[in-house]
Amino acid sequence: MNYFDHAATTPMRPEVLEAMTPYFLAQYGNPSSIHGIGRTARAALDDSRRTLARFVGATPNEIVFTSGGTESDNYALFGAAEANAHKGKHLITTKVEHHAVLHAMEQLEREGFEVTYLDVDSTGAVSVEAVRAALREDTILVSIMYGNNEVGTIQPIADIGEVLIDHQALFHTDAVQALGTETIDVKALGIDLLSASAHKINGPKGIGFLFIKTGVKLATRSFGGQQERKRRAGTENVPGAVGFKTAAELIMVERSERIEQYHGLAEALLQRLDALEVEYEVNGSNRLPHIVNLYLPGIDLEPFLIMMDMRGVAISSGSACTAGSIEPSHVLTAMFGASERTKQSVRISFGQGNTRYDVEQLAERLAEVVSTFTNGVRK
Amino acid sequence: MNLRTKAPEETTVVVGMSGGVDSSVTAHLLKEQGYNVIGIFMKNWDDTDENGVCTATEDYEDVIAVANQIGIPYYAVNFEKEYWDRVFEYFLAEYRLGRTPNPDVMCNKEIKFKAFLDHALRLGADFVATGHYARVDFIDGEHRLLRGKDDNKDQTYFLNQLSQDQLARTMFPIGHMDKKDVRVIAEEAGLATAKKKDSTGICFIGERNFKEFLSEYLPSQPGEMQTLDGVVKGRHDGLMYYTLGQRHGLGIGGDGDPWFVVGKNVEENILYVGQGFHHDALYSDALLASKLSWTGAVPEIEFRATAKFRYRQQDVPVTVAQLENGEVLVKFDEPQRAITPGQAVVFYDGDTCLGGATIDEAYRFGKRLDYIG
Repeated sequence: MNYFDHAATTPMRPEVLEAMTPYFLAQYGNPSSIHGIGRTARAALDDSRRTLARFVGATPNEIVFTSGGTESDNYALFGAAEANAHKGKHLITTKVEHHAVLHAMEQLEREGFEVTYLDVDSTGAVSVEAVRAALREDTILVSIMYGNNEVGTIQPIADIGEVLIDHQALFHTDAVQALGTETIDVKALGIDLLSASAHKINGPKGIGFLFIKTGVKLATRSFGGQQERKRRAGTENVPGAVGFKTAAELIMVERSERIEQYHGLAEALLQRLDALEVEYEVNGSNRLPHIVNLYLPGIDLEPFLIMMDMRGVAISSGSACTAGSIEPSHVLTAMFGASERTKQSVRISFGQGNTRYDVEQLAERLAEVVSTFTNGVRK
Repeated sequence: MNLRTKAPEETTVVVGMSGGVDSSVTAHLLKEQGYNVIGIFMKNWDDTDENGVCTATEDYEDVIAVANQIGIPYYAVNFEKEYWDRVFEYFLAEYRLGRTPNPDVMCNKEIKFKAFLDHALRLGADFVATGHYARVDFIDGEHRLLRGKDDNKDQTYFLNQLSQDQLARTMFPIGHMDKKDVRVIAEEAGLATAKKKDSTGICFIGERNFKEFLSEYLPSQPGEMQTLDGVVKGRHDGLMYYTLGQRHGLGIGGDGDPWFVVGKNVEENILYVGQGFHHDALYSDALLASKLSWTGAVPEIEFRATAKFRYRQQDVPVTVAQLENGEVLVKFDEPQRAITPGQAVVFYDGDTCLGGATIDEAYRFGKRLDYIG
């Protein structure tokens, strides 16, 4: 399997599809209906909610289904900002967040909120001290991702949660990228809001959830029916919820196995690159085990990624725009400044189907393509 | 070296896809012929909006749609820096000198058949292909640049600076077709771009107002409009907004024939105007040109040919003399109207485009026409 872009999305596990199928075909009811088939759907939805609550250490009432990570982030940020605007208009986040957070923050700035974007160190980590220093009396929300989607760096979430215990500010974390490997307990970490998505963990696309701690009030962003305790109107995605649940169950059983698998793959990759005498540095440290972001000095990113694709290998860079505007990755720029490194780094992200053999192949392809830039071949 | 004999299935062709119908059909035809085709969208101009958001352009959406229809991989590649450095800087520099540049000629020379070609070769391609109306044929050991079959669409004028090395790696799959047939193929194949309007104007300006665009980059200095005898006829908005032979936008009323731009004095910021389309001052019988480039073997020191001085003009018989300093002196059999510094003079031998150069000066009866700038 030459797919090494699991941070972008993952294949669904067959077990997930199998669990979902009945809810498309036979048990297609609307959970709000008063008849039998509706109740069956409702039971499946609630069952899924219970499992997902357990998955992150929450209670079922605290889980609101959404369409995915982006909607969860948007709901958390706009909902918290609007509901707490009377307490203050200051928000804190980092420079390495996903665009679902950063662009939402920019919009909030246009709406009159003030946002502090915290710097990170060269490993991509934000310091607890920086969070503490940025806190003001009028701070109402701190949003810091659990693990970075580009370089994998894990943020000191527990320590930040502790700093915020005595402060009015709500604590939101985007845990979309971390759910596959990290054991997350929202209560122990002091988290008020947590975004999750199914398709990054071998579940279906189009479903996610926002954990909203009991007692936390968010302004409603969607109006219509009374679904999700009036927090998110619209007929629920029952098959999606069942699929999400199944994916989470698999992780709860296999988590340590997966972590070991990814560590092994990363180690094998780097060893092979060493053996092939490829010059590289790993970006980030204290990382999510499935992400390896490599600085490959001398490469030209656009042709590099095309050449890898032409060899059937799927990897990615930070954030290339679809119409060919290479914006240097904002994450790498936050880590290294405006350096060439931001334009010469690629992301490899492992997943379920990847084997040691695949990784050996990947290393060979990487070495081959890197050499066309560093040896002047066809230059 | 003639790669054209290689079997299609062993030949990789990178098609420059703009999202227009011509390059869509180009990719489609190559794919039908069995080539290994890759579509690449060149992003040459930054149209990022004021929020810093890089907008996926409509054109790239069309490239994606067509590439998926014909079943080829597609990518977008950024040449903004190269385009700015090698085309746009030249474009502005020429305007500063009061000349009328031809960015399309420069774009072909420096971007499409250099930066883009290099990029394609690095990817392992054998050829690049574009939707130009021109042909390349391997005749007598030489890659000949030939006129497109559709006389009305022939684009060799813009391709005159290509060299043998560039032509050897180039395909123009629709060059033997009429534009209307290209549309028919697009429609028959159901390509998403079949009915798309042709783009007009210079690529980076698009549909925008040219004057407004230029004023963003160059300060406009209004000045006097005069006849060559020094009679003041009004004011101009800035010399860069006018080109030789132009009628529109002068705003000179009165009796008699309409007024035309006949020259520019950059030092004194004067725009010269004259009355009548065929004003004598617009005519010259020879020109001097530099930045000479031949598509094939260098011709004899002096030779007969036909030449075009602007796009979509019938070529006319000329005598070309190559000077020792690398420039060319081109004498016309008949006087020609509005020979414009900055534009290309392009030479033909029958259907073969021999090459071209950039017009610097025009002459009449052996005397340099100083007033054209």
